[in-house]
Amino acid sequence: MTLPATFRDSAPGRQVSRVGTFAVDAARALRDRRTWGPLLLDQMRRLGVASVPIALFIALFTGIVLALLSKYIFTGAVPIYFVGTLVGKSIMLELGPVLTGMALAGRVGANIAAELGTMRVTEQVDALETLAYDKYAYLVVPRVLAGTLMFPVVTALAVALGVSAGYLTSLNLLDLSSAEFIKGLQIFYKFKDIWYGLVKAASFGAAVTLLGCLQGLATSGGAAGVGRRTTLAVVYGCEAILVLDAFWAVVLL
Amino acid sequence: MIRFQDVRKAFGEKVVLDGLTLDIPEGETTVLIGFSGSGKSVLIKHVVGLLTPDAGSVTVDDEVVHQLDWDGLTALRSKIGYVFQFAALFDSMTIGDNIRLGLARRGLEPGEIEERVAQSLSVVDLKGTEEHYPAELSGGMRKRVGVARAIALRPRYILYDEPTTGLDPVTSAVIDQLMIRVREQYGTTAIVVTHDMRSAYTVGDRIAMLYEGRIRQVGTVQEIQQTEDPVVRQFIEGRPTLPGAADTTALSAGGV
Repeated sequence: MTLPATFRDSAPGRQVSRVGTFAVDAARALRDRRTWGPLLLDQMRRLGVASVPIALFIALFTGIVLALLSKYIFTGAVPIYFVGTLVGKSIMLELGPVLTGMALAGRVGANIAAELGTMRVTEQVDALETLAYDKYAYLVVPRVLAGTLMFPVVTALAVALGVSAGYLTSLNLLDLSSAEFIKGLQIFYKFKDIWYGLVKAASFGAAVTLLGCLQGLATSGGAAGVGRRTTLAVVYGCEAILVLDAFWAVVLL
Repeated sequence: MIRFQDVRKAFGEKVVLDGLTLDIPEGETTVLIGFSGSGKSVLIKHVVGLLTPDAGSVTVDDEVVHQLDWDGLTALRSKIGYVFQFAALFDSMTIGDNIRLGLARRGLEPGEIEERVAQSLSVVDLKGTEEHYPAELSGGMRKRVGVARAIALRPRYILYDEPTTGLDPVTSAVIDQLMIRVREQYGTTAIVVTHDMRSAYTVGDRIAMLYEGRIRQVGTVQEIQQTEDPVVRQFIEGRPTLPGAADTTALSAGGV
């Protein structure tokens, strides 16, 4: 598939083209499993497991605030058990994946761009290539795969905690019974509510890590260059999450 | 044999290599000298495919580097060792792992890898540093580890990028002796990029001067020492001006 010439020559068009070319090179490196295979678990730990605390912290307060907001919005007009519906649906479908994605775009995207950027300006990436390693197989593929696999796991944990926080808040601060909250949670529940959020999270993980790697490997100009590329990785990561969020809403809802 | 033929490379408006031609004979050490920013490092990066020429070609053992596919490039890189200016050691790995990384890529048995790691560190007089991290070593020691990492692969060619820059005279002399030892022990063909003339005279069989994107002069150490070329004389004598000139024309033209 080729892009229209006018778009291709524009600044956003060139960005999209760069990302596309980078993604194709990374996909080509997938066949070099001997290189990326042994590195994958370590990256899953570094990018995923280490991100759990920040994701849970955000989810905890999101769940509390959502429950309180629901009660405020529904007062007198809507049955109170709909608090459970709103908390469950909005955390599972939207806030869980997007807020977790945003937090990880900052933590993971910046981490990857700074690490690879420093490796680039100190010629460690060149050294890797002269040792006959494919930089995509060694540096990019394990990070992108780890992000794609671990963002849904972290998001699932965040969703579970967010809904639990909403549940406990409803019981203790809103005078809802456990049965009412669970009734609200179940009333419009579909299995899609779960997998939709996780599919989104996987795509956010792929985008954030891919953009972090791209910015890191494009670094030049020493410490200032590393700082600039790290900032761009976070900004583009957050933008990509919002664009993908809209994309999945159009395609899957 | 490494052959540069009419190589041209520009970065934006700045032309760094402008039709450069040079042959690197087998088994010899060719020293590449030139002003800072004249393109010496850029030139040797073409040999391992880290850069591709805008025009012309670089051939290694009759293979045109920029025409190789990924497998071809991997095979080529397997026979070239590269010692970087600031060593470019992987700072998250121990010294031992830095050396093991390249060996593991070649599919050697674990026993042979350990043997080569120990032997390479012994050649550079750094036995017992395997478990240290690069940040724990001095600049000179890191450069020696860089050499150890390169020679562990038993390369046919070694490219040294400013191996003595930033080192004190004694450590520089140690690195010079190390380069000579590597050539004698392994018979490697080497290109040494430097602007340290003492080092150039010590390790070089031939010296080539890069100036304004081309080879200004190439010859034996003796031929270079006796040259009448004013630009080469200015460089090897470290004069601020061309012999007999009142300004620093050559200096500014050389990219300093």
